[in-house]
Amino acid sequence: MRILVPVKRVVDPYAKVRPLSDGSGLDTTGVKFEINPFDEIAVEEAVRLREKQADIEIIVISIGTADCEEQLRKALAMGADRAILIETSHQFDSQGIAKELKACIEVEKPDIVLMGKQSTDFDCNQTAQMLAAKLDWPQACFASAVAINGSFVTVSRETDLGVETVEVPIPCVITTDLRLNEPRFVALPGIIKARSKPLDRVTPTATPAPLTRTLKIESPGARPPGKKVSSVEELVGELKNRGALPA
Amino acid sequence: MSIIGIAFTPSDAYGIQSFAASLGKPFFLIQITGAPVTDAGAQEVFAANLTDIPPADGLVETLKQCVKDGDTHVVAVSSMASKDAMARLAGFLDCAMVTDVISAESPSVFKRPIVAGTLIETVEASGAPIVLTFRPAGFPKQPATGSSPVENISIADGKVSLKQAAHKSGGRPDLTQATVVVSGGRPLKDAATYESVIGGFADALGGAAGATRAAVDSGIAPNELQVGQTGKIVAPDLYIAAGISGSTQHMAGIKDSKCIVAINKDPDAPIFEVADLGIVADLFEAIPAIKTLIGK
Repeated sequence: MRILVPVKRVVDPYAKVRPLSDGSGLDTTGVKFEINPFDEIAVEEAVRLREKQADIEIIVISIGTADCEEQLRKALAMGADRAILIETSHQFDSQGIAKELKACIEVEKPDIVLMGKQSTDFDCNQTAQMLAAKLDWPQACFASAVAINGSFVTVSRETDLGVETVEVPIPCVITTDLRLNEPRFVALPGIIKARSKPLDRVTPTATPAPLTRTLKIESPGARPPGKKVSSVEELVGELKNRGALPA
Repeated sequence: MSIIGIAFTPSDAYGIQSFAASLGKPFFLIQITGAPVTDAGAQEVFAANLTDIPPADGLVETLKQCVKDGDTHVVAVSSMASKDAMARLAGFLDCAMVTDVISAESPSVFKRPIVAGTLIETVEASGAPIVLTFRPAGFPKQPATGSSPVENISIADGKVSLKQAAHKSGGRPDLTQATVVVSGGRPLKDAATYESVIGGFADALGGAAGATRAAVDSGIAPNELQVGQTGKIVAPDLYIAAGISGSTQHMAGIKDSKCIVAINKDPDAPIFEVADLGIVADLFEAIPAIKTLIGK
């Protein structure tokens, strides 16, 4: 069995990111880059699935500049077997990324695509579902538990109402939610060892014009400053004055 | 030249009404669950009359048949269900998609939060249709109107089978719909304390109960009650944060609330910077006192 895990290079999700002064993008000066945390959870899950079922090959793939090697090497250090870097400076939108991934999947023929539900930079939550549509594969999004049972994957998925359980036939696309697992820590020797694992560099099959385009990025307006009250009586009085309490 | 609105729940219909009004366009409604909503001003309601939202693959198989040439937008209220299905629909239609729209600058230019709500992106979508999910708080509510004709539709079977549906626990209103939300953080200690203090206060106010990611991660509250960028985005008239310090990701989920009240022992908690009303107090003393004062 083969699992493909697409990983995105994103600005450190714990760093304070500002817009560029002309609003044309994110100011990434001096900011670290990481694997998108949801994708890291997907890499971890693939490795855990292989720990239960040895005949699994894990391929990680990223689309972007040569810098993405850093994130692919980390995924290899976590336990992925080999990596593919579609090296490009083209600005893809989610549809374009889904098409590139589809082209790669037609060559690599994975049984399961496991990836983050969204990236922590642009928070779109689109690519996996678009990919599933283009492949005409079933999908199970927002997984909090994943188990392979023969030709099916049983997925517990987070919904608006709580957790539901679905059975998805292979091949399929699964996206990971926050509570699926806690990715392992990889020490430096592991990262150095991963340097010898195979990493193929390829070029994109197409560079379509994106259908969505960022016009501006700005900081949101701050809420007007509030008021500290000194007693519960004062608080309830203020709430009543503002008509904030339900009738 | 219409908008197609996909209502995953009945209340989504009114959000879609507000969104369509902001663009000044008529809309058709495809309603997945619940009794058909005929007073949201839709040209027509295509109702599937289901109890549970079905898996995305079969659902989208049906939805993609409903989108015709000339439809300008296919829209849904932001939810986990809509993000699951709408992006799949966009994948088939191979069109532009915009997630979590908070305002429409024009029919093709939208604002949306990015980087966990810390920045706002203005994005332009080209082509038609444009598939989008939006947060209803950004679109003024419209009065109930009209009596839309209803046509029943059936949803195709997909390859995914639902083994066990999720069912909302308790009789409280849904977090994203409630006019009052009371949320608690880690100081609530355990599930029983959370339920009696936060749940009890929410019940007294006829509201929903929410929680921080920290409270959910430590097993104090169930996952589906998490409020924040990675959980539910809420915009009630009154949001009460009890024992919540106010992390960036939590704030991203509550900042559209009309009135935010913070109750926290720590006078330096960041929540006080955004709260409309704050009180430095022990929540275990303040909440019973407030309940007494409002006669609940």
